[in-house]
Amino acid sequence: MTELALKGAPVDRARLLRLLQEYGVYAGVAVLLLVNIALTPHFLSTENFRTQAVQVAPVLIVALGMALAIGSEGVDLSVGSVMALSTSLLSLYLGYGPWVALVVAMLGGAVVGLANGSLIAFIGVQPIVATLALMVAVRGVALVLLPQLKDVRDPGMASLGTGDLFGVPYLVLIAAALALAVGFTVRRTTFGRQLLAIGDSRPAARLAGLPVRRVLITVYVIAGVLAAIAGVLATARLQASDPTSLGTLMELSAITAVVVGGTPLSGGRIRIGGTVAGAVLIQLLTATLIKHDLPPSWTQIAQAVVIVLAVYAARERGKR
Amino acid sequence: MTHTHTERPASATGGGPSPAGDGSDEAPLGASRAEALSALAQQHGALVTLVLVAVGASIGFDTFLTGDNLENMAVSSAFLAIVALGMTFVIITGGIDLSVGSLFALGGVLAAWGSRYGTLVALLLPLAVCGLIGLVNGLLIARARLAPFIVTLAAMLAARGILLAVTDEGSTTYLVDESSFFASLGQEKLLGVGVPVWITAALFVAGAVALRRGRFGQYVYAVGGNEDAAALMGAPVARTKIAVYTLSGLCAGLAGALNAAWLVSGVTILGTGMELEAIAAVVIGGTLLTGGFGFISGSLVGVLLLKVIQNVINQIGSLDSAYQQVVSGAFLAVVVIAQTWLGRRRRMM
Repeated sequence: MTELALKGAPVDRARLLRLLQEYGVYAGVAVLLLVNIALTPHFLSTENFRTQAVQVAPVLIVALGMALAIGSEGVDLSVGSVMALSTSLLSLYLGYGPWVALVVAMLGGAVVGLANGSLIAFIGVQPIVATLALMVAVRGVALVLLPQLKDVRDPGMASLGTGDLFGVPYLVLIAAALALAVGFTVRRTTFGRQLLAIGDSRPAARLAGLPVRRVLITVYVIAGVLAAIAGVLATARLQASDPTSLGTLMELSAITAVVVGGTPLSGGRIRIGGTVAGAVLIQLLTATLIKHDLPPSWTQIAQAVVIVLAVYAARERGKR
Repeated sequence: MTHTHTERPASATGGGPSPAGDGSDEAPLGASRAEALSALAQQHGALVTLVLVAVGASIGFDTFLTGDNLENMAVSSAFLAIVALGMTFVIITGGIDLSVGSLFALGGVLAAWGSRYGTLVALLLPLAVCGLIGLVNGLLIARARLAPFIVTLAAMLAARGILLAVTDEGSTTYLVDESSFFASLGQEKLLGVGVPVWITAALFVAGAVALRRGRFGQYVYAVGGNEDAAALMGAPVARTKIAVYTLSGLCAGLAGALNAAWLVSGVTILGTGMELEAIAAVVIGGTLLTGGFGFISGSLVGVLLLKVIQNVINQIGSLDSAYQQVVSGAFLAVVVIAQTWLGRRRRMM
């Protein structure tokens, strides 16, 4: 069908590229699954699927917030540092009970998001620079609060990190629930529509009387809180707080998941389903390379190539 | 501490404008006094802040103005300054290069590995590899029209990957023979000043001349000012962009190589966060992140300011590197706020 259409009119080439861009990530996941089923021993086991799903959960949660930021024609480079901040806060306040610690950690993420959003919305600083400054400063704050790795011995945290409901790990359930919530917010709420309008054209949104500043600040606060949740979950899974290394390069993985999933960097459009698939794709890619004894260096180079290919594919459909 | 200082650019130059330096061709459009003043603050605010911080530091710490301390600061500034030089060109075109930290580390490792085959290999290998990665960055940005930050982010990842592959996943450290000529490039002094400082000074003079006097410099400003207009006026937009990213890669690779000569080894963990430091230095120096405006000497002042602040933090022994990160991040935020505010005022008038 598409073959014929291709010969017919050049318009259909654009359509094919669009299809590729929108659904390519699912095809990629399918291909990687098939390759692994065929080549990787013990890939088709419940245990393996659990491991992969648990590992992808924090990346996905961070990517959800990143998708909102990118949809608003911004980006949030501070998410990895927010994870480090939330793990430090969690360790410090665990003495007051896990719920207090959880709330404080999420508040920490919200405050960073508020700072990001204010710099961007009120002062007009470019998102890359504002969040880059916060990325460095917040990692520093996390290290000031908790200078080194600390074990987290808390039964509540342990069950959060390793427990499950009907065989599905809590981490996966939480990630899925958050993905549904963010997807619903983007598609069905006024806030979601305003966010997309602002991402599409900020001057137009302003002229239309949309509350641009409030929406932008909310976006970065949500991104901060989601990153903090991811930090808490990663801490619960590892049962240790490590503000030095937790979340390093997370901004890169999250951006990759979002972009590979078909959300354009130029804003105005958010694909949550694609973001989920993008996060799964990265995880599968990494797992595949590691399972077949390719060293971490190759994994990094492969991820870089995937990013560039995804952005290149997305470019065709862009605003130009 | 630094918060109060960094608010100076607006007020300090408002009180008594420092004499106009090289970059004054942007300011006078026959416009109002306030506009000229805020333009001046943008251009020389960093210098005023640097002088204030340095005076404060030399009053506060006896150890600040010693020859050893100054020499050490100058040499350690040199490597960042070379990276910031390339970054200045990139930012003036309206782009950004996040790969420089990785390229710095990769350049150092390649230089250390290559130094066993002589100084020429030790210098040419990192320049070739890092310049090539910069070229690929430029091609993807200029020809394939991909977003600079995503391309260079990917390059940052890939360069780290190559570095890991070269060093057996980071487990091998290549040493430089201390008696080699290559090592002397980092170690020797000329008239009491380290060779890296001399090389940096020469590069900055060349860079400033290229940007101010050369046709290439005109193209760099034109592309950053308005890409479409530059293209209409016949500026080779794509070629200029490719050139600046290649230049940035070359600078990062050279800085890494000189750093390896200074440390007499290729340290794999270097360079993380360096892209931020370089961007911060350029922005602090008055170059606009939106492109089209900026100057080389400002970036040098920005580097010195960052290094002096780091030095002060180190002198306050109780503050560790975590505070250093807090302060540099907050400092960048404050400078960008000031710059955005000044820029907005200028546009509105």
